[in-house]
Amino acid sequence: MGWLGPEEWQAVLLSLRVSLVATLVALPLGLAVAWALARGRFRGHALLSALVHTPLVLPPVVTGYLLLLAFNPSAPLGAMMESLGLPLAFRWTGAALAAAVMAFPLMVRPIRLAFENVDPALEETAGTLGASRLRVFLTVTLPLSRTGIIAGVVLAFAKAMGEFGATITFVANIPGETRTVPSAIYAFLQVPGGDAAAWRLVLVALVLSLGAVVVSELLTRRAAR
Amino acid sequence: MSGVLDIAIGHRFGPDGPALDVAFTAPPGVTALFGRSGAGKTSIVRAVAGLLKPDVARIVVGERVLCDSTKGLWVPVHRRRTGYVFQEPRLFPHRDVLGNILYGAPGRSLSQDDEAIVDMLGLRDLLRRNPATLSGGEAQRVAIARALVSRPDMLLMDEPLASLDSTRKAQILPYLERLRAEARVPILYVSHDISEVARLADTLVVLDRGTSMAAGPAVDLLADPALARHIGALNTGAVLSARLSRADAGDGLSEIDLNGVRMLVPQVAARPGAALRLRIPATDVMLAATRPEGLSALNVLPVRIVAVEDGRGPGVMVQLELADTTEGPVRLLSRITRRSARALDIRAGASAFAILKTVSVAPAAIGGAVLTPSGAPLSADGTVP
Repeated sequence: MGWLGPEEWQAVLLSLRVSLVATLVALPLGLAVAWALARGRFRGHALLSALVHTPLVLPPVVTGYLLLLAFNPSAPLGAMMESLGLPLAFRWTGAALAAAVMAFPLMVRPIRLAFENVDPALEETAGTLGASRLRVFLTVTLPLSRTGIIAGVVLAFAKAMGEFGATITFVANIPGETRTVPSAIYAFLQVPGGDAAAWRLVLVALVLSLGAVVVSELLTRRAAR
Repeated sequence: MSGVLDIAIGHRFGPDGPALDVAFTAPPGVTALFGRSGAGKTSIVRAVAGLLKPDVARIVVGERVLCDSTKGLWVPVHRRRTGYVFQEPRLFPHRDVLGNILYGAPGRSLSQDDEAIVDMLGLRDLLRRNPATLSGGEAQRVAIARALVSRPDMLLMDEPLASLDSTRKAQILPYLERLRAEARVPILYVSHDISEVARLADTLVVLDRGTSMAAGPAVDLLADPALARHIGALNTGAVLSARLSRADAGDGLSEIDLNGVRMLVPQVAARPGAALRLRIPATDVMLAATRPEGLSALNVLPVRIVAVEDGRGPGVMVQLELADTTEGPVRLLSRITRRSARALDIRAGASAFAILKTVSVAPAAIGGAVLTPSGAPLSADGTVP
């Protein structure tokens, strides 16, 4: 990809890293929440569902601002993360957190649907064959939900690649640290003569997003068969 | 490994829902839970498996207490070692047949015992198949093998044949008969099909609206005229143990021996001496006060009337005992109209003649785990016309 300049290349690599980390961090929690929403019967079920979906409807800038309030170095949570050696504000790790929060609802939804589609009778049967609840989950529920899980991961990754509003509010737009592809496009459009670089990144973003949606669509169709 | 299954359950489904209140003992062998739908059969099996938590219950298999509500003891489903065969096969679609069979035996491959199970159920050629490609009967056989390979302390079979058509049923029944002969654990078998029960059950528990009306040896209960009301007059019939005395008695008939009394039935493909189970529906037995002459029926047997049970409707159920037996008693049931009973003066203690049309022994009614000396299965009903 010799046609990308070093700054553009840096933004692409950073976006990939941020999105990958965001997806991997969100996945275990996403599985747990999807499971709770699909099979759990507990107080606060509706509240949890609403909370998970909030980032979908909240203005991204609000989400970013709330993250900044919680994780700036002088806030208790931010200070704690700092002392753990994982500062978030104005760091790429913060960009990953913002991307994870924004991508979370998109990840949970297909996984939850996949869990709901697993026949409880099969889980029950596995139990009578001596499988503990954990083993039932690992050997019956998870494998039977795999297409939904992959779809959720792909969607979350694509969303993370495109995240802009919450990211720029929470971690600003620092080249090499927090300047992801969308932030870079925004930055290039602010300077005279940056259009060409912006266009190249737009192309990259288009290819990645379209690819993710196509993959997700193919997996969903395979699951429906 | 083998043990007696002791069951006492009290449960109410919701404040105004139906109640379940049963207590019975299932000795080794097949214990059939028989009753109409809604009688509580499945709930009992689910409680034994730990899938339903009754309000009060004490369930013990051999020495192991599975639940005791007075002590707050509850063994979770996966530690109960129950082999549960459901109405539907419930095979795991993401595993092949072998993967399904080995699910309850994690970390091991087929042992010698397992190989025997695979062969007994005729699954040798199906091991690498995807469950979706199996027929209903094949899938249910895989489900039975899967339950057996998990090495259960008991086998729970909840109408395992209900989802199959009669052809497939007939194909799978011989496998269940072999299982009955070879399994060393108690088997709880839920059914609402009396011919299945008659063919398989050693012990019978008759359920009606959540309570057990009777429990005991199947041969005795099925011949009990007092139970006809719960079993249904058309379902009532004696189940008899017989031996094949002559396989070829001419004209496509076989002669069987009922404790010394000889009877002709359609030809049975088994060796002389083989044990047979025979069901004779009460509606297929006629009575005569004197020995009838010039009758087309081949089996006319002198009997003694044991009891006459008046039922609802026009019929009465008559319990008979064969008069010429040399060993233990053999009891039959006959359903006749109340008017005939009065006309013939049928009452306890009287002598009469039972008339059984040979053809009244239907193919499915002849059964029994019949094993040839080589150990190969031989279906007793295989060649009945």
